[in-house]
Amino acid sequence: MPVLDLEHLAAIELPSTDEEIWRYSRIADLDLGAYRPTDHVPQVSGPIEFVEISGATADLFPDETPDVFAGLNRSAPAQIRIVVPAGTVVDETISITHTIGADGCLVCPRLVVEVGADSQVTIIERFVSSSEGPALVLPVLQLRADQAARVNYLAINELNQTTWAIGNQQAVGLRDSTTLLATVALGGDYARVRTDARLSGKGGSTRQVALYFAGGTQMHDFRTIQDHDAPHTHSDLLFKGAVQDHAASVYTGLIKIREHARGTAAFQTNRNLTLSEGAWAESVPNLEIYTNDVKCSHASTVGPIDEEQRFYLESRGIRPEIAERLVVLGFFDEVLSQLPAAGLAEGLRARVAAKLNIGEAAS
Amino acid sequence: MSTLEINGLRASVAGKEILRGIDLVLHSGEVHAVMGPNGAGKSTLSAVIMGKPGYEVLAGSVMLDGVDVLALPAWQRATIGLHLVMQYPTEVPGVMLDDVLSEALASRGRDTSALGQMLLDEADRIGFEERLLHRPLNVDLSGGEKKRNETLQLAVLRPRFAILDELDSGLDIDALRDCSRRVEDLSNDSSGGREPMGVLAITHYSRLLNELKPDHVHILVKGRIVTSGGPELADVLETDGYAAFVPADELIDEPSASAGGLDDLFAL
Repeated sequence: MPVLDLEHLAAIELPSTDEEIWRYSRIADLDLGAYRPTDHVPQVSGPIEFVEISGATADLFPDETPDVFAGLNRSAPAQIRIVVPAGTVVDETISITHTIGADGCLVCPRLVVEVGADSQVTIIERFVSSSEGPALVLPVLQLRADQAARVNYLAINELNQTTWAIGNQQAVGLRDSTTLLATVALGGDYARVRTDARLSGKGGSTRQVALYFAGGTQMHDFRTIQDHDAPHTHSDLLFKGAVQDHAASVYTGLIKIREHARGTAAFQTNRNLTLSEGAWAESVPNLEIYTNDVKCSHASTVGPIDEEQRFYLESRGIRPEIAERLVVLGFFDEVLSQLPAAGLAEGLRARVAAKLNIGEAAS
Repeated sequence: MSTLEINGLRASVAGKEILRGIDLVLHSGEVHAVMGPNGAGKSTLSAVIMGKPGYEVLAGSVMLDGVDVLALPAWQRATIGLHLVMQYPTEVPGVMLDDVLSEALASRGRDTSALGQMLLDEADRIGFEERLLHRPLNVDLSGGEKKRNETLQLAVLRPRFAILDELDSGLDIDALRDCSRRVEDLSNDSSGGREPMGVLAITHYSRLLNELKPDHVHILVKGRIVTSGGPELADVLETDGYAAFVPADELIDEPSASAGGLDDLFAL
């Protein structure tokens, strides 16, 4: 086992794109030694009585280290722990904001969420940059939903376009729990999130939704695993992305249904819009199914704006560039309408609209 | 008084000539029905007039009050006064009907402040459910709801000429009556000093014409208008079918015609 220590960055061996799990990634461009480990203080608002900041040493998955970056994160001090006792409904959203420096810092935010039986909570974690300039963020989310717990989590990436982010999310849902894992990614230079969502209790359910939109030379890279480790579990995933300019995106998703997970239903949909000739998107769905008694489907598309949709709007007298804007924003609406904390959707929609290059010259 | 004039229009799809010389002249307030069997070129005619991608104009012209329609992109054809009611209205996920109409009015330089009330009035008038007004365009709508939606947009945008591509397809009898009546009313409405709307109703069946009274009926067969006349032509169709308008040589070419249906005969 190599040393995963922030004090010895130069000694760390990075993975390569020869490994399937890093295929298509920009991992080869990463120079760990160029970044300096830096202490980081997140801002937390909302019902803070459920939140422990610093000093927490909880590790929900001590035997699992998804990759070297999750390992590095583990060597940093744990930062935020949210514990919701059994039978507690937290009405107000817990909001966490990580303002990341832009001076070559390396930051490892860790959020550990433990939601007790029959409890309910909504958590929003936002990543922003303090200014323009490079940084490396290696966030980890560990989440456990106990029996019949209901958990909503939303991560928002609005980092600047020179910051790298390589994140890991691990979630486990126990019997009859319901978990929503949502992502909105607009920022970052290379921004990757790997999500392992495991259902380990009968009747558990997860839903994953994501909106990602890359421009310039940005790249968004998502890896998802819907892991059915118990009977009668349900998972659903909807990832919608767009790329413009010379940006790129990759979605690689796995539905894994273990032998004892009979009576399971799993769905996965990934749709991508390529808005410029020089932009590139890839979608790679995979299934691993070890039992017969399942309902399972996956769908993925990559392509430009639908010509019929554009013509329909143009035939109403709407200029092509406005028609395209409407179609793109409408495309994302399906995700925005499913985000926890519905009040955020309008602001996020406006940020997507502001980022969209189409029609800029005409207005 | 506006005039839409189609002269010698020829067009092809994927290299195959579908329209082989169409001549039509419409004036404000007139209702023209273009009737034809499957494969006659009906949908192609509407698509070419409106500028749908994928159609190539080989010859001829379409002029609206002296403006060369074929030289304009689709959206400008709409803003100068043409409107296409589609046979299969496209679903546009996440794009709301009221937002689209607001943009559509804005690009015509028209006031949008009364749009909300206008939508409520029109919805009520044609039996379009109010709850569908702020919904993504055509998504999860039934066939009847889609055509009521198309008719509502037509009434709000109030073009100089409406091109109806098989408005009647997929419609139950109630929706057909509501939609065709609304179009008929628009073709008679000169209130507020406006010119009444002209209508080019493209249809296979004469049932659309029970409420929408045509002034002229044209029979389109294999990309050409073979006969034009008054409303009585539709009655002939109703009793005799398209057989009355088929050139004899084509009957000889297609010996199975006597046994097969009319659609078989013309879908060559």
